[in-house]
Amino acid sequence: MSFDFSFTDEHEELRATIRGFLQGRSDEAAVREQMATERGYDPETWQQMAEQMGLAGLLIPEEHGGAGFGYVELLIVMEEMGRALFCAPYLGTAVLATNALLQCADEKTRKELLTEIAAGRATASLAHAEPNGRWDLEGIEMEARKTDSGYELTGTKTWVLDGHTADVLLVVARSAEGLSLFRVEPDADGLSRTLVPSLDTTRKLARVTFEGTPAVRVSAGDQTEALRRVLALTQAALAAEQVGGAQRCLEMATDFAKTRLQFGRPIGSYQAIKHKCADMLVEVEMAKSAAYAACFAAATDQDDFLETAALAKACCSETYFHAAAENIQIHGGMGFTWELPVHLYFKRAKASELFLGDAAHHREVLADLVGI
Amino acid sequence: MAEHRIMSDEELRERTRALLDEVHPEKVESIPFRQKQYEHGLAWVHFPEGYGGLGLSPKMNLIVHDEITKHSKVVHNDPPASIIGIGMGAPVVLTYGTEEMKKRLLPKIFSGEEIWCQLFSEPSAGSDVAGLASTAVRDGDDWILNGQKVWTTVAHLSRWGMLLARTNPDVPKHDGLSYFVLDMHAPGVEVRPLYQITGEAEFNEVFMTDVRIPHDRMLGKEGQGWRVAITTLMNERVAIGGGGSKRKGGGATAQLLKLWQERKQGGRSAGQEAILRDRVTRAYIETELLRLTAQRARAAQKSGNPGPEGSVSKLAQAEIHKRLWELAIDVLGDDGLSFEAGYELRQNSPTPDTVEALAKYQFLRSRANSIEGGTSEIMRNILGERVLGLPGEPRVDKEVAWKEVPRS
Ligand SMILES: Cc1cc2nc3c(=O)[nH]c(=O)nc-3n(C[C@H](O)[C@H](O)[C@H](O)COP(=O)(O)OP(=O)(O)OC[C@H]3O[C@@H](n4cnc5c(N)ncnc54)[C@H](O)[C@@H]3O)c2cc1C
Repeated sequence: MSFDFSFTDEHEELRATIRGFLQGRSDEAAVREQMATERGYDPETWQQMAEQMGLAGLLIPEEHGGAGFGYVELLIVMEEMGRALFCAPYLGTAVLATNALLQCADEKTRKELLTEIAAGRATASLAHAEPNGRWDLEGIEMEARKTDSGYELTGTKTWVLDGHTADVLLVVARSAEGLSLFRVEPDADGLSRTLVPSLDTTRKLARVTFEGTPAVRVSAGDQTEALRRVLALTQAALAAEQVGGAQRCLEMATDFAKTRLQFGRPIGSYQAIKHKCADMLVEVEMAKSAAYAACFAAATDQDDFLETAALAKACCSETYFHAAAENIQIHGGMGFTWELPVHLYFKRAKASELFLGDAAHHREVLADLVGI
Repeated sequence: MAEHRIMSDEELRERTRALLDEVHPEKVESIPFRQKQYEHGLAWVHFPEGYGGLGLSPKMNLIVHDEITKHSKVVHNDPPASIIGIGMGAPVVLTYGTEEMKKRLLPKIFSGEEIWCQLFSEPSAGSDVAGLASTAVRDGDDWILNGQKVWTTVAHLSRWGMLLARTNPDVPKHDGLSYFVLDMHAPGVEVRPLYQITGEAEFNEVFMTDVRIPHDRMLGKEGQGWRVAITTLMNERVAIGGGGSKRKGGGATAQLLKLWQERKQGGRSAGQEAILRDRVTRAYIETELLRLTAQRARAAQKSGNPGPEGSVSKLAQAEIHKRLWELAIDVLGDDGLSFEAGYELRQNSPTPDTVEALAKYQFLRSRANSIEGGTSEIMRNILGERVLGLPGEPRVDKEVAWKEVPRS
């Protein structure tokens, strides 16, 4: 089975609508305002996005109040959000936690939480990585302790997307059945959630610690394979976001190269600059192919989806970083200033490269999967 | 933008099966099969009816290929020597040729009966092909041609050549060119092999001395040769940068992976092996990106003749291909020092029969990828200027008569 990369007219409309919305709600001033706050996003915008545009519940089935869309629509949304550096708990709530609920959670939890998320009443987060620095599931060491009434968690989870603000906290830990999904109440005993000052201030990350914190197991059986899919789905979405950002960097660089004059000519007429832009274009086009392939593969449930997701995360991570770095160079001294948004993309690019595993990590995953 | 006829995939599959009922690739040779394929409009389905096509969207060509593959173990693919004729000759004849030329030339291009070559480059004009110096001078109903072409691939096998010549030296270079279909058997055409880095001669020098070409073999109008040439060059980039393998992990990647499986331990330290493994994975990714990008371009392709975006794949493919074969030599390790086939100068290249021999051959051959069909630097100029809209460089050759421009 395979897919082609065709977008319908409805898809193009969706793209235009999102772009219009983000131009109004996530212009540079809005990004700068939100990135300086601890919460990191504007609740009113989130609410509007959820209620009027159905974006929070994009992947959530209609029976739970969602839009019931799939990965082709998500790819468009992520690309546009990446382009606009949109500050919102979107990746954590609408992608990572939503996929975890869809893939792993029992019926009751799914129904309850997905309804809340789709309506924009709750943000959510999945805590999985730990201080050992590993992004693979085998690196998860936290053991859930069985108690009379349920479970207790002890230990630390790192790089939790919007973990300091999320209304719903989902945690991956080991139980007798293998990797399991737990739900922890935001005000539970022994829970502490702290914002981590991060390289990329447009996306908030938290450190969450547990000390005998009560938790409810909301999955049945070993979730290793389901979680592998959850992470891959998140990588595919993140790859689309990276491509949106890379495309924006290319546009910023070429626009600047057309207007900045030195030695009496636009700098873009010099091949040293022009060829950098051309190389960026090629890389961005290739990265689009990778991100689109991963999202179309998710949408059409291809057997090789895990491979494609690893390939996309490896490729798009490097492309975005390279585009963001070249964007600084092409802007010269201006590119190094706080005033221009160039550095915001550079930071987002590096952070999203490292988040969920860097390019080398995903090349290794891919090599294992295809037998290299 | 071309309007396409609507035909269901299923109907096209039925038509393909009807062709197979009439002639089956397992039973006949390539030429008779492809003649019939042309008659059925299944040569290039995006060409108009009566010219080897059905007026469909270009993406639907894959359906024909797919259906043939389903029903036949033998597939008569485009013959390698016909790539220039099929990739560039056919679209240019279709776009600019007279009715008579189309009827006469197109069927034989597709069937492989007649090979075509591209007579553009000259010793003094490669990247700057519009600066070329071969002349055509009008004489009654004919033109008389003099000059020299170089790097002409398959000229020694060709029946026809796509020729660009200067018909007016007194105007700026782009305005003084005309485009002809040259009969390679005409008196005064001399083809000499030009040996290359691998020892073979895929290409030639072509000398033209007082060659007569009838006026009705001109494509487009007098002085409009550059426009016609652009159609050829855009198609060339797509023909060359076609995206490599159609199959995941196929083509060059499959060869590299095979080599890697055989050689991975090869006395290397664990650290060295890990580094090489990462490079092999990168190469795998890069070739996948080419395949996926070609697939994406096909989905987006609406009209028959490609635009400057074709340069994306051309540039990417050239650079990726060179890296892949450099890596293959590194995987070979010290065996990369030998070259068993030797450098006997010859015109026909034997196909390397082991993956090691292929790697050594391709290591050399792939250097041409970033030169043939426009160098990578020229591709970057095209992408920068025509796709991204960056300003051109100051030019010294645009406004003045061609004969005033300095040449090497
Ligand atoms: C295997 C092979 C097959 C070929 N087959 C054919 C064929 O069938 N028919 C045909 O007509 N031609 C053919 N060619 C010729 C090919 O198109 C030319 O070699 C190519 O266009 C480069 O021209 P050149 O060799 O004169 O190099 P030059 O144009 O002299 O270039 C030399 C170097 O200068 C750089 N350069 C030139 N101009 C610029 C610029 N404006 N900006 C930046 N850098 C620049 C080039 O990128 C290159 O690195 C073939 C070539 C090869 C290698």
